[in-house]
Amino acid sequence: MTDTTAVIRASHLDLTFQTADGPVHALKDVSLDIEKGSFVSFIGPSGCGKTTFLRCIAALEHPTGGSLTVNGMTPDEARRARAYGYVFQAAGLYPWRTIGRNIALPLEIMGFSKAEQAERVKRVLELVELSGFEKKFPWQLSGGMQQRASIARALAFDADILLMDEPFGALDEIVRDRLNEELLKLWAKTEKTIGFVTHSIPEAVYLSTHIVVMSPRPGRITDVIVSPLPKERPLDIRDSPEFIEVAHRVREGLRAGYEE
Amino acid sequence: MSEDTLGKKSRGKSGTGWPRWLRLPPVLGMVLALFALWYVAVVPMNVKEVLTAAERAGVAVSPPSAVERRDMGNWALVMRNTHALGDSWSSDRPKLPAPHQVLVELYDSTIDEELNGRRGIVKSGTLSNRSLVYHAIVTLNATFLGFVIGTVLGCALAVGIVHSRVMDMSVMPWAIVSQTIPIVALAPMIIVVLYSIGVQGLIPKAVISAYLSFFPVVVGMVKGLRSPDAMQMDLMRTYSAPTTAVLWKLRLPASVPYLFASLKIAIAASLVGAIVGELPVQKGGLGARMLAGSYYGQTAQIWAALLVAAGLAAVLVWATGWMERRTLRKMGAKP
Repeated sequence: MTDTTAVIRASHLDLTFQTADGPVHALKDVSLDIEKGSFVSFIGPSGCGKTTFLRCIAALEHPTGGSLTVNGMTPDEARRARAYGYVFQAAGLYPWRTIGRNIALPLEIMGFSKAEQAERVKRVLELVELSGFEKKFPWQLSGGMQQRASIARALAFDADILLMDEPFGALDEIVRDRLNEELLKLWAKTEKTIGFVTHSIPEAVYLSTHIVVMSPRPGRITDVIVSPLPKERPLDIRDSPEFIEVAHRVREGLRAGYEE
Repeated sequence: MSEDTLGKKSRGKSGTGWPRWLRLPPVLGMVLALFALWYVAVVPMNVKEVLTAAERAGVAVSPPSAVERRDMGNWALVMRNTHALGDSWSSDRPKLPAPHQVLVELYDSTIDEELNGRRGIVKSGTLSNRSLVYHAIVTLNATFLGFVIGTVLGCALAVGIVHSRVMDMSVMPWAIVSQTIPIVALAPMIIVVLYSIGVQGLIPKAVISAYLSFFPVVVGMVKGLRSPDAMQMDLMRTYSAPTTAVLWKLRLPASVPYLFASLKIAIAASLVGAIVGELPVQKGGLGARMLAGSYYGQTAQIWAALLVAAGLAAVLVWATGWMERRTLRKMGAKP
């Protein structure tokens, strides 16, 4: 997927952590272009560097080799230009702020006016279907609703890229299915570029336009699968032969990474 | 709502799982037991003086000479003179006054002094300098000022320690060392040094108060300011948030529960500091009352001042707890 519309461009990326037990190769020779508007999932076992790669894009980690650009800038510049919103595994809402004020947090820091803050909070709450919960405190919401609020917080300042690090990993499967469905709708509505880290094969296949299969020691890309599934995806698409075939290929890719 | 929160609700808010009225008997029982122990202890503590007085009044005591009695154990004297101990709980200058004597002294030096005394508020319009109400207010002033100074200083030091590695390594050891020096030894020196530069009255006492109260605030606030986890800090980094925004919007709100835990210790420490600061100065305050009592052998006066100090401490800690509950509820804590 090398073409000129790539918003995230990594070539020969290396990242080595110096630890007490010697150097750890978190990423080795990772090259990947992510097109504007695509939904890219990163899947692989623990230690394959999928989260590390996402954190490099967010400038939370800094590669030790290779090059990485986000919107044509370095990751640090891109972050200052508010290129991305980041969703963590835990919702991480501040317990002392209401849902509305939690979503306004990045807006306050970025210096939006009070009126603009209110207008944006209202809009993203509608987007994640949490209207009416603005005045509630996080503990009054279920885990799934809290995660939706944290997605709203990442959307509030209109970044083009949404980076999600196992956002539904801590939720049960029923809630997860529902949020997956909603995330697809949200993606269709907002046309954002999404980078999505997951452990779950069905989740990756269901959501993505591109599935990046990674393997550990050293963390590297073993396969990039372009999904043949249509953009419109009801939940029961998961029983279709195409879906099962893609899932099979992902599983094969994961196994190949182990056997090397 | 999760199973857990529902369970907690049905058990009531006490946390012990006991309804309020059921908590009264054990508390009351403990108080009664302490009073009983106190009344028993009064007998051997005062036995020598009581026997001397009885001897003067013509009662036969054994052994008959005060010199012999001096070298005997108190309990032995009690056992041999059970007939002559009637005045144990009403002696004039007891080593250990009986609880009711302390309560009478407490009444005399508060309500009675203010309502009926020549210098009381009713007759003179100002609080009597012989009343514990007056002395308690003197002590409270120093306590509050010291508490405010200690809290502000403690918070400022904690912010510095959290943000600067140099301060972390240089200030923290000194803060710990400062608390290993006995305050009774240090207090007179603080007063003398401050007096020599012309500072006296309220400020030196408040400084001693602050000296004791800043430490729990530093320790609690350092822990509180560091309590946000790596993910919460990363979230702030994704917003490119400046250090001040991280402090005001994340670290400080996250540290509030830690702050209140520290403030409860700090307010009690402030009271102790103010009382210790009053010992060498003798210009009013509960500390001055205690020392005066011991100069003149007025143990009931010491005990009455002690009771007032203990009562103040209880009220101050309770008030801090009340503020804590109010603040945390406003900050969205589960009711």
